[in-house]
Amino acid sequence: MAKKGDWVRIHRNVLEPSGRAASVPEDTKKVPLEMWDKGHLLEDAELGGECRVLTRTGRVEHGTLIEVNPQFEINFGDFVPEVLAIDDQLRDALFGGEQA
Amino acid sequence: MKDMSYNAVTGRMADIIQNAVGVDYKQFELGGIAFDYEKLMASTGYTLEDNIRIQESVNVGHTPIFELHNLTALARKCAKPGYGARIFVKDEASNPAGSFKERRAATSVYHAKKMGYKGVIAATSGNYGAAVASQAAMQGLKCLIVQECFDSHGVGQPEILEKARKCEALGAEVLQLSVGPELFYETLMMLEDTGYFNASLYSAFGIGGVETLGWELGHQFIEKYGRHPDAVVVANAGGGNLTGTARGLHKAGCNPKIIAASVDLSGLHMASDKAFNRKSFTTAHTGFGVPHSSKPDSCDLPRSAARPLRYMDRYVSVTQGETFYITEALATLEGMEKGPAGNTSLTAAFYLAQEMPEDQIIVAQETEYTGAGKSIMPQLSFARKNGIELKFGDPKDEIPGTNIIFPSRPELLKARDLDLEHIRRSYIKHAVGTYPIDKLSDVDLKFLAEETNTDLAFVKSVLGI
Repeated sequence: MAKKGDWVRIHRNVLEPSGRAASVPEDTKKVPLEMWDKGHLLEDAELGGECRVLTRTGRVEHGTLIEVNPQFEINFGDFVPEVLAIDDQLRDALFGGEQA
Repeated sequence: MKDMSYNAVTGRMADIIQNAVGVDYKQFELGGIAFDYEKLMASTGYTLEDNIRIQESVNVGHTPIFELHNLTALARKCAKPGYGARIFVKDEASNPAGSFKERRAATSVYHAKKMGYKGVIAATSGNYGAAVASQAAMQGLKCLIVQECFDSHGVGQPEILEKARKCEALGAEVLQLSVGPELFYETLMMLEDTGYFNASLYSAFGIGGVETLGWELGHQFIEKYGRHPDAVVVANAGGGNLTGTARGLHKAGCNPKIIAASVDLSGLHMASDKAFNRKSFTTAHTGFGVPHSSKPDSCDLPRSAARPLRYMDRYVSVTQGETFYITEALATLEGMEKGPAGNTSLTAAFYLAQEMPEDQIIVAQETEYTGAGKSIMPQLSFARKNGIELKFGDPKDEIPGTNIIFPSRPELLKARDLDLEHIRRSYIKHAVGTYPIDKLSDVDLKFLAEETNTDLAFVKSVLGI
């Protein structure tokens, strides 16, 4: 249960596959155009249920409640060893093997 | 109740845009296929000096130029004796929101405020979103950014997710969409709903704002080194960076070779759900750069102010692997960690410098900020998770969407020429379209020559007249 005023993330389909632009490629035409937005809940709502939110610009949006206090999921990913190999190769090429 | 279907909303585009930009684009049309480009550029009412003043008032511009001594030394090791121009970079990442795009946003937001709009909207998955959000924050307007961000499995490109975070950090609403060109449809609905100003990437406000970059470059080189650069490399996607920079350079009395550079993503369809997360570069790539050069008006305005073919002397592509490689070189050899897409022009410059004598100067005219999601490690990690093979070898063998090949030796990095004449021909064919060739006036023909940076003889030969 999320409370009125909670900061949440919502989702809904903007266009079903049948309503998509004529110009989109075949694989894209098979799936809906989806949207995600965030805002403060205008009334109590359940996760997975329909809700209305007030966004940061003051618009009212509606959709399915999918996350309360939504996180940013960006990070630096898994370590990629090739990056160190690039460093070694470049320093070797410029400084002739003397590790700077 | 208004009809909100795709066809109905896009059918109302002309009215929505006129309300959201405050400009009647019909006034620029010259009857046939031509329009008055300089009239469009002048229609903002802001001169170059005005744009400089506006940008200074919001902490944009006057970014430093740095000589990259170690990268130059490495280029000289790869070049024949006596070759390897001095390589410089203009550190646009030092703008408040971390990229040159803030020049493009500043005047739009300033103008929106002056005209009484309560907020601004921009359709962008790139640095422009953060730039508009930053300017809106500084100038006290609301801001809504519409992004194409996820594939149909809800998997987001890390670079775009980071930009969403940054926009939100700067106070904007970020409306995110799955893959598809209907980004503009959603933007039109938002413009209609909010009555905000359309801070389009392609407006004369935006492109006029970029002129300050070229103007600064020209003056900085005279002040610091007593001479102008011989070549300026500009990353090309929508064409605004190149158009604005070139116009600014010319206004500073500086006429270097203008070389466009894009990351090669040939074979990947930009609107494809499946291909969306198989690319590591979300901008500055051939998937935008080539079509926008030959069809500049396929944008969110009736006429784009970004017209790169007018100013382009040469157009080259570099690979994803090469651009990541030079991004790492900038970090490990020059001590500057910057975002990969912002190093597209530097990647090309590293190779192009090798074609030029040592006493010449080549400039990569931008850098961009970097961080979680948007640096080399998360991008490569994401590529590997999506089944892209990472390996060392000859970058010419790279297949976008299949592998990323880092040069196994620095001398294997090459900028490859795109067929500029073919792009010019393609532009002319698109511009004429179904218009009857025998009805083309002298004004139309002159326009086509200016648009393609060619002459009447070339235009006539393409049209077969």
